[in-house]
Amino acid sequence: MSAIDQYINLFRENREAVEAHSAPALNALRPAALAALEKAGRLPEKGDEGFEKTSVEKMFAPDFGVNINRVNIPVDVAAAFRCDVPNLSTLMGIIVNDRFVPTTTLRNNLPQGLTVCSFAEAADGPMAAVLARHLGTAAPLDKPGVALNTLLAQDGVLIHAASGFRAEKPVQLVGIFNSPAPLLAARRVLVVAEKGSALSVLKCDHSQAGSSYLSSEVVEIVVERDAEVNWYDLEESNAETSRYSQLFARQAENSRFQGVAATLTNGTTRNEFSINLEGHNADCHLAGMAIGSGSQHIDNASEVTHRAMRGHSDQLFKYSLDDDAQGAFEGGIEVCPGARFTEAFQTNRNILASTNARMHSKPQLLIYNDDVKCSHGAATGQLDQKALFYMRQRGIPEQEARTMLMQAFMVDVIDSIRLESLRDRLRHLVECRFSGRPSGCADCNK
Amino acid sequence: MSKDIILEVNGLRAKVEDKEILKGVNLTVRAGEVHAIMGPNGSGKSTLSGVLTGNPAYTVTGGSATFHGLDLLALSPEDRSHEGLFLSFQYPVEIPGVSMVNFMRAAVNAKRKYFNQPPLSASDFLKLMRQKRAIVELDNKLASRSVNEGFSGGEKKRNEIFQMAMLEPRLAILDETDSGLDIDALRVVAGGVNQLKSEDNATIVITHYQRLLDYIKPDFVHVLYKGRIVRSGGPELALELEERGYDWIKEENL
Amino acid sequence: MKSENDNIIDDITSGDYKYGFVTDVETDIIPVGLNEDVVRLISRKKGEPEWLLDFRLKAYRHWLTMAPPKWGHLDMPDIDFQAISYYAAPGKKKGPESLEEVDPDILKTFDKLGIPLEEQKQLSGMAVDAVMDSVSVKTTHKEALAEKGIIFCSISEAVRDYPELVKKYLGSVVSYRDNFYAALNSAVFSDGSFVYIPKGVRCPMELSTYFRINAAGTGQFERTLIVADDDSYVSYLEGCTAPMRDENQLHAAIVEIVVEDRAEVKYSTVQNWYAGDAEGRGGVYNLVTKRGLCRGDYSKLSWTQVETGSAITWKYPSCVLAGRGATGEFYSVAVTRNRQQADTGTKMIHLAPDTRSTIVSKGISAGESENSYRGLVKVTPAAENARNHTQCDSLLLGSRCGAHTFPYIDCMNPSAVVEHEATTSKISEDQLFYCNQRGIPTEEAVGLIVNGYAKEVMNKLPMEFAVEAQRLLQITLEGSVG
Repeated sequence: MSAIDQYINLFRENREAVEAHSAPALNALRPAALAALEKAGRLPEKGDEGFEKTSVEKMFAPDFGVNINRVNIPVDVAAAFRCDVPNLSTLMGIIVNDRFVPTTTLRNNLPQGLTVCSFAEAADGPMAAVLARHLGTAAPLDKPGVALNTLLAQDGVLIHAASGFRAEKPVQLVGIFNSPAPLLAARRVLVVAEKGSALSVLKCDHSQAGSSYLSSEVVEIVVERDAEVNWYDLEESNAETSRYSQLFARQAENSRFQGVAATLTNGTTRNEFSINLEGHNADCHLAGMAIGSGSQHIDNASEVTHRAMRGHSDQLFKYSLDDDAQGAFEGGIEVCPGARFTEAFQTNRNILASTNARMHSKPQLLIYNDDVKCSHGAATGQLDQKALFYMRQRGIPEQEARTMLMQAFMVDVIDSIRLESLRDRLRHLVECRFSGRPSGCADCNK
Repeated sequence: MSKDIILEVNGLRAKVEDKEILKGVNLTVRAGEVHAIMGPNGSGKSTLSGVLTGNPAYTVTGGSATFHGLDLLALSPEDRSHEGLFLSFQYPVEIPGVSMVNFMRAAVNAKRKYFNQPPLSASDFLKLMRQKRAIVELDNKLASRSVNEGFSGGEKKRNEIFQMAMLEPRLAILDETDSGLDIDALRVVAGGVNQLKSEDNATIVITHYQRLLDYIKPDFVHVLYKGRIVRSGGPELALELEERGYDWIKEENL
Repeated sequence: MKSENDNIIDDITSGDYKYGFVTDVETDIIPVGLNEDVVRLISRKKGEPEWLLDFRLKAYRHWLTMAPPKWGHLDMPDIDFQAISYYAAPGKKKGPESLEEVDPDILKTFDKLGIPLEEQKQLSGMAVDAVMDSVSVKTTHKEALAEKGIIFCSISEAVRDYPELVKKYLGSVVSYRDNFYAALNSAVFSDGSFVYIPKGVRCPMELSTYFRINAAGTGQFERTLIVADDDSYVSYLEGCTAPMRDENQLHAAIVEIVVEDRAEVKYSTVQNWYAGDAEGRGGVYNLVTKRGLCRGDYSKLSWTQVETGSAITWKYPSCVLAGRGATGEFYSVAVTRNRQQADTGTKMIHLAPDTRSTIVSKGISAGESENSYRGLVKVTPAAENARNHTQCDSLLLGSRCGAHTFPYIDCMNPSAVVEHEATTSKISEDQLFYCNQRGIPTEEAVGLIVNGYAKEVMNKLPMEFAVEAQRLLQITLEGSVG
């Protein structure tokens, strides 16, 4: 029996309750999701193509509860939330498990042209058409993870930037897990940036101790002509939280997209990035940082597909692994026959800091066109011993020198972030992570 | 002579991997002195500086080194640094992602902590940087970049002397500081070293050529050959080597 | 719109195959199909001892439980393994005892291929074992080698004359369980070369095997075993051609190499099996398992391959670095054109401390071909201070071909340094124009540039071979123009 059967059964038995709480656009996708899931029969196993080191099946196998009946689990936001970014004013909404709770500030401060609301709310207003038009168009159901998420999701967050709208403040989504029993939350986000709009979204995840959690996340991002979306995903939860995140972006002509994911303290993590450059002259940057210790397992997979001419993409993924941590990176670049003058690059650099840490790297290129510039590089090694001695000769203690070098190793991922205050925040988080201090900033430690 | 002994090396032996490079080196350096160590390639000059500063690439197999009364070889590389031993590297290491300011602040404050002093405030530290930079005419722009990254050969060497000025060592070892320098850079670097010289500190200049010794006048010259100091003398020895080359040393020590 | 240059590239990348002739010799072929009786028949025809028949039968039974691998980036029709004849021997029913007994037509064949077997014409610096279809027809320079204690003969002879050596090493590097085609080969292999270099001996000349598929409807399943004892050295070359036929022919070979303490083996291949026609009809399926075990401390194995032929190539010459300080190298040029498909690369398995490996792969794709590099670098926990550097470049000539890179990198030791670099590019217009401006016609310029691009690998070939390989590259790409 596969892990998904328990969820299919759960859905079958509670279909009415699930659908009663959901937006029609979500319900409309469910028959196809169910069919796709039954066809797949199981979730990806370790060793499947594209899943060399991570068994999704195993992540979903434990008996997680699903909050079918939308029981309101109270959450102490201040206790769980440690992601206040100093000097960065954001429009903040909170996702408690899988329920979106807009803050009052968010409601009161939404500028004209920007919508941030739950799917349920969207379905009852002028955004219903947007939701129906775009939901499910970027995330294909033939991926079992997407199908399962689609089957179980009862809510989601819609972020919509109207044509020409250029956001001054980023939208911040704070995901908080809190449940007395092991819980699976199917989280769903749809970002639509219409023609010529610009928007940044900062997402951060936290978990309250005391239970184990699994986050099934599907994020769809539609970037229309001349639009720009920056997506920053900072995970700061705990070892009892697993995460299977799938991000899909579709990029139209002249659009820009940036996706950055930082994995710091999570348990088992699998992040997938599938980017389709559908229009000419689209530009895509992906970056990922993974700092693993203990028995963390961190897996990032990317598929950047160039379907149109003059696209540009850049991927940078860095791992630092200590103790028994395991890292995996499977990166893909595909350049389709018509996508002439494509420039696509990919870099993966890893440091193993202990004898039991493991790194698996599989950077791939699939090129069907001769007028391209493509390259990838992957390197796994240790800290530069010469630099370490140089620093010690200058009197910097070995442990401090190591921390400085580790941080320096992550600098280019941090520097790729387009929001300055977020760069500072991440720098701080990384420093805390490497030096083993709690990441709480001065403000929330009061 | 009544001056304090800063460094006393006795019968020092060391190997790299399985190859013995130093085969019993004796050397005494007193406060206020400048010693030049010369010798043909592969004679063990850089090994000596590496062993004294504690580079883990070398293994000490015998002998002793006392640094103003302390057992130098028992100290970690960073504690040797705190105690006042500075090496100007032949090949300064590039450290991408670590800014010069952060690097230097970490070094200065680690030393202060070692001596139970509070860390320097940001403004005092920057003031100190500015002051010391002037000694080697180091551009402000370089200070804001990553350590040695993208520096020219001359800039790297100036940066070494700048760091020396920041850390005010009791004994500075300049390992082939003249290599890769044009005449103007050489003058600036040597000028910096001379400015930092005092009655209380000492300098060991490791070099292949007489050239640098025109600017930094040695009190003693030693010739290192096949892992031993085979000849010592005054400044005139360096001139003799310049004139006659190393072959006669090799012949004498076949 | 296609530019003038594109047309020229098209022209010169679809040249004809020069080795496509058929030799008309009497051939002893067994009926098509595979079952235990066929395995027994092959073994009986070769007069093999019981242990070898056992080995074959075990492999055959294991093969029955396996399925062909599907993970290659290859579009390969299902092969009907019952439609192939598993044994074909040219000419006389018995193996030739001397050159006079070799069919003159066969001698002419090898002459035509540039591999003279007659004494007076023999290449001085090279000993050749010529294999046509399933059996070895002639090995040259045997006596000169024997003086140094070097054994160089067909594997059938080795089974007869040096059973202990063969028994000790056969299947020790590539087990019959290794993969589908290895199991098949282990069951039905017909001939191949055997090399043994004794302790401390440097082989004074290049050893070479020349493979030729001639008969129709057959598969070729040769097996090569090379053992280099302590402190020895040998350089071994392998060349292959086949006639032009409309149907596909199967070539599923195994090469096993054992390298002992401080020994060094260089293994070079120029693979030019028939590649099929421009529409993708015919051609050899080249599905080969090649692996070397660097068992000894400070042993070294170097694979160099120039792959220009075959409709489908599926091969990954590998190094298992089990001795301290062992070195593995892989240098490859793979050219695909028309509808050829290649999925080739290497595996470097670092099992011991201080092991080193280097991979340089140059892929060149033209026409509607698909060219993939696939490689594994694995550093196990025991491999302290292991080092790998991989450089993997693809050159695309034309916009309908594909170039792909699939490196797998597994690192389990923090003191290891593993580096992989890959680039994909086309011949730059600037380079072509620069050549044109200096009066070099475009077709010649392409040849020059491609040869320059492949030079790093070509330089690793032995002299005699390098010239041949360079010419082959030129022919493959320039065709009638060259």
